[in-house]
Amino acid sequence: MIPNPQLNEEGKLKHLLTIEGLPPAILMQILDTARSFISVTEQEVKKVPLLRGKAIFNLFFEPSTRTRTTFEIAAKRLSADVVNLNIATSSQTKGETLLDTVANLTAMHADMFVVRHAQSGAAHLIARHVGPHIHVINAGDGRHAHPTQAMLDMFTIRHYKGGFTHLRVAIVGDILHSRVARSEIHALTTLGVPEVRVIGPRTLLPRHVQTLGVQVFHDMETGLRDVDVVVMLRLQNERMNGALLPSAGEFFKHYGLTPDKLARAKPDAIVMHPGPMNRGVEIDSAVADGRQSVILPQVTFGIAVRMAVMAILAGN
Amino acid sequence: MTLPDAETLLVTLAEQIRRDGRASVALVGIYTGGVWVAERLHRMLGLSAPVGTIDVAFYRDDYKKTGMRTGVKPSDIPFKVEGADIIVVDDVLYTGRTIRAAMNELFDYGRPASIRLAALVDRGGRELPICPQYLGAAIDVERGRMIELQRDDAGRLSLSLAPPAA
Repeated sequence: MIPNPQLNEEGKLKHLLTIEGLPPAILMQILDTARSFISVTEQEVKKVPLLRGKAIFNLFFEPSTRTRTTFEIAAKRLSADVVNLNIATSSQTKGETLLDTVANLTAMHADMFVVRHAQSGAAHLIARHVGPHIHVINAGDGRHAHPTQAMLDMFTIRHYKGGFTHLRVAIVGDILHSRVARSEIHALTTLGVPEVRVIGPRTLLPRHVQTLGVQVFHDMETGLRDVDVVVMLRLQNERMNGALLPSAGEFFKHYGLTPDKLARAKPDAIVMHPGPMNRGVEIDSAVADGRQSVILPQVTFGIAVRMAVMAILAGN
Repeated sequence: MTLPDAETLLVTLAEQIRRDGRASVALVGIYTGGVWVAERLHRMLGLSAPVGTIDVAFYRDDYKKTGMRTGVKPSDIPFKVEGADIIVVDDVLYTGRTIRAAMNELFDYGRPASIRLAALVDRGGRELPICPQYLGAAIDVERGRMIELQRDDAGRLSLSLAPPAA
């Protein structure tokens, strides 16, 4: 068996690259540690000294506001020094390779890299080539994985639903292009959610998606029936090359989450969205701003979850 | 060796705090044993301020060596630290490093008027200039052995000596 590149010799988390293949105990450790970090926000000094003297580099080869900002806040609350690099506007445009960029930053005494890249596998590549004391967090790579988003969604679900093993969860929309959906499915099944559904048009579902242990639906009316959690995905306009969809309006008609469609779910079902939202494309404003929406708490929880991941990695 | 009876030590500790006669003190227990002791003292003394709880995991000085341990509990300080007279409560006082971490954490909530320390037992071996104002008993335990506080279903506390690490 090929060893999991995310784990060290003791089986502890060294990098966070993907949820796939991680044992439930590690996911639970992230969630429990994050819950303790929530209480740090009640302190007058909203900081803990854990990562004092550590340098964390946010390497964003793809634009992002929410993810980059919450990673930055998380690192600062852990007392680390944070350097943000938007590489789309720097050396890479001058022709430097990814690994040369990383080697140069390592020479500046980096301790941790948070990587967002349009190519699947970019964070893995970096993790394979950095020195043994450096930790790598995947903040989204191509269509492959976005593990911290999945973990903050798990935190949100546990916060509102109290656990995982009694739930029915539906993930709706553009599953094909979504790294969030992939990480989410792995996290939900690892944590023991008995029924995970994906809902979307055939053109936006990966072939053989059911091999991941999910049930496939092509219409909202049956797919949302009696679910506890609805995870809406963004329609990824920028990844949509070719005629996968007739129009955004047509998509909204069939798969946009409206109060009517949401009424099929359990009355206390929660609605999540990783952001940024396209109102009127995948989600109606009445739902996004409605009483079942937990979209803004997701953002807040994201800081505590990213603090937990950084604190666990840096200690291993 | 025989360890003292934890319930008797609790009575001693409560008596010392009562005799000190401070008008309004707030107790902060350190997870896990210290929280049990603080809860019992709170009831015995009939204090009005709710018990605070602290898990010092994010303030420990050995994080670089041991990493983040599992099972971290959320700290909860349900009273205003600014200007408060606080008694930090722990079960077993040893190197003093946990107490330092707890004080650092408390100061991130505000500036207390005073902090005092209550410990059920003091086993010696201090590595920092920290000493308890309220103490159940001082006992000698050889280095490397652990004293553990247990709580049974009825809420009674007892001390035991963990077997030497293999």
